[in-house]
Amino acid sequence: MDGILYAIAIMALGGVVLGALLGYASTRFKVEGDPLVDKIDSILPQTQCGQCGFPGCRPYAEAIAKDEADINQCPPGGDENIHKLAELLGKEYKPLSEEHGIEKPKQVAIIDEKVCIGCTLCIQACPVDAIIGAAKQMHTIAEDLCTGCELCIPPCPVECIHMVTVVDTPDTWKWQKPGTASRVIPIIPVMATIQSEHA
Amino acid sequence: MKLFSFKGGIKPDPNKTQSTVLPIAQAPLTSRYIVPLHQSVGGTPRPTVQVGERVLKGQRIGEADGWISAAVHAPTSGTVVEIGPHIIPHPSGLATDCVVIEADGRDAWIERTPFDLDQAEPDAVRDYLRDMGIVGLGGAVFPSHVKLSVPRGKQVEQLIINGAECEPFITCDDRLMREQATEVVQGSLLFGRLLNAGKVLIGIEDNKPEAIAALKEAQQQLEAPLEIVTVPTIYPTGGAKELIRVLTGKEVPGSRRSTDFGVQVFNVATVQSAWRAITYGEPLISRIVTISGAVGEARNWSVPIGMPINVLVKLAQPRTDMDGVIMGGPMMGFRIPATAAPVIKATNSLIVHAPGLFPPKPAELPCIRCGSCAQACPQELQPFELYWWSRSAKFEKLENYKLFDCIECGCCDFVCPSHIPLVNYFRFAKSEILAEQREQQIADAARERHEFRQERAEREKREKAERLAKANAARKAEGKDLSAAALSPSPKTAPANDPDAAPDISSHPDQASTPISMDNHPVLDATAKQAAILAATERARLKREKHAGKSRDTTH
Ligand code: SF4
Ligand code: SF4
Ligand code: SF4
Ligand code: SF4
Repeated sequence: MDGILYAIAIMALGGVVLGALLGYASTRFKVEGDPLVDKIDSILPQTQCGQCGFPGCRPYAEAIAKDEADINQCPPGGDENIHKLAELLGKEYKPLSEEHGIEKPKQVAIIDEKVCIGCTLCIQACPVDAIIGAAKQMHTIAEDLCTGCELCIPPCPVECIHMVTVVDTPDTWKWQKPGTASRVIPIIPVMATIQSEHA
Repeated sequence: MKLFSFKGGIKPDPNKTQSTVLPIAQAPLTSRYIVPLHQSVGGTPRPTVQVGERVLKGQRIGEADGWISAAVHAPTSGTVVEIGPHIIPHPSGLATDCVVIEADGRDAWIERTPFDLDQAEPDAVRDYLRDMGIVGLGGAVFPSHVKLSVPRGKQVEQLIINGAECEPFITCDDRLMREQATEVVQGSLLFGRLLNAGKVLIGIEDNKPEAIAALKEAQQQLEAPLEIVTVPTIYPTGGAKELIRVLTGKEVPGSRRSTDFGVQVFNVATVQSAWRAITYGEPLISRIVTISGAVGEARNWSVPIGMPINVLVKLAQPRTDMDGVIMGGPMMGFRIPATAAPVIKATNSLIVHAPGLFPPKPAELPCIRCGSCAQACPQELQPFELYWWSRSAKFEKLENYKLFDCIECGCCDFVCPSHIPLVNYFRFAKSEILAEQREQQIADAARERHEFRQERAEREKREKAERLAKANAARKAEGKDLSAAALSPSPKTAPANDPDAAPDISSHPDQASTPISMDNHPVLDATAKQAAILAATERARLKREKHAGKSRDTTH
């Protein structure tokens, strides 16, 4: 009799412990959305330009995950991203599909504030709220938020938005791989005539 | 005092005696000074002057942007003739915004008031040093006030003042310690006091006996409670992590701050200039620069920040076959892109280059995995592994080999029998990794903003539908028509939590967030559009006329 009671108690305890564990696991390892879509989306450049044929990066990521779109349709991501997607998905690399566009250096939009009539059409087009302004007031673009998607260009009735290529600053400039031609030759420490000793 | 040692290191020919014979000379006044706004690690200072404005020597011309940033000042009196991009001494060869001052020859100071330390809160001292433009003069140009704030709960046991100056050819700190020993000692005490440091140690390599003697004498005269420690001459003892190791035995990993281990390090010239700022109210407008190499007269100069390098180098009688200038030393320096670039706060040394000064580097051969580089590395890294993964652009592997612990000292390059430009591979890999991190941050921010916007669009759609449904119900109930409901003011839907970033679209008659093509735009039909454009161009013309003559640089 005692044995049965023990068995019941142990089973009950086990149930409680396992239940708690499961509960913990479900909050601890909760996944929001599809993890594969998230992974693909994290590779995509988030320009939100729609050149891939989808209304933004996430929809394209979803289509790739469902195998409904190819991996070479995103011009802003370019070659590098196609390689990353190919690696992630175990697919073969293929060059950027020309019909979707060409890879360009990063650009940002600039509003000619002298011409802007404050119509707010560009604000409505901008996928990342990078344009600041109110109706009938001149608008400006927050340069560091602009993804360069060009979606604000066609709606502007006075054609006052232009794309400019982002130029390097000393802070964003990158060292080139040795052996590639570069403008500046960093001095290499060679005093070959000098004996070097190890300390 | 017991000294420790670090692994590795090398002993290159110091080449220091050439420039230590003569005392520091004051660079004569020149006609034009080019002062870059961005001279320290951190934010880019905003100009506080306009083109055409007259400035006095020591007047602030750029104010610090954020906490990690430091002000810049006019090196002499004169007129601001331009604010615009000029090439700066940086390996990129790129230009950044500079304030160009045409000197009036009077060299007239702004009013200087000493800072009353006894009355001031610690925060006020730090703000003051930031506004006086005090940054690390050892070459790293990190704003000093930032390093003077110790994280809560941490205590600086040892404050190390770095007078090691281990890099060949450079002697600016050596001459400064010899000639301004009292100010160096007082500056060291000042920082010890600001940090409430347990101990103040000045570390100097044993190849500078005159500097050591001068400092010891100053210390005795001032009865200064600090220690002057002679350390062996091994490159790169002057590296902060290496000097900490030698003086305290503490090992600071690459990713950690030295204050986490109770140590802080400043260069001798930094504490001296901070002391002058406090005592005399003098901002950082000049520094000592060693000019050496292929010149007739190698020596140190006290040079106003902004002096064009070609004007300065001429004073040293460069050889006629000179073909470039190296900023920094032969181990860590780089060839400057254009000699018209100005002296900046980071310019500790200029080596005039001519054929034969340094033998050309032989061609790169394959790595034989001899391990010499690992033996020489003071950071105890394995440069050949770093090289292998940098070269094959497998950046994710580099973390395992602690790429960011590399201080780019060049010891590995120096000993490599295959003449591989290892440091350049590491610089390449580091900048690729940092750029990728930057891009990822930008993409993440864009994703977030896009999602936020979509949510808002959804909400607006829902609210609109609800309003319509309500209006319809009301109309049905009261038999009224829709127009009354449609005329009622619409609720403000722009998000309130982000007023700057979120565009104000509340006053627009149509609040849909989806792009609207011109053809079916509800507000602007063809004639209205035409009229709007005409009105806008007219407005723009008037505005242009009104603003003509005003400075163009107020929006910067
Ligand atoms: S093409 Fe544009 S919208 Fe499509 S994934 Fe690339 S960046 Fe995103
Ligand atoms: S400002 Fe124009 S180019 Fe920039 S993100 Fe917005 S819509 Fe795209
Ligand atoms: S010293 Fe040069 S050759 Fe030897 S292991 Fe290092 S990189 Fe390779
Ligand atoms: S440059 Fe980097 S890897 Fe080479 S010896 Fe110095 S710290 Fe080590």
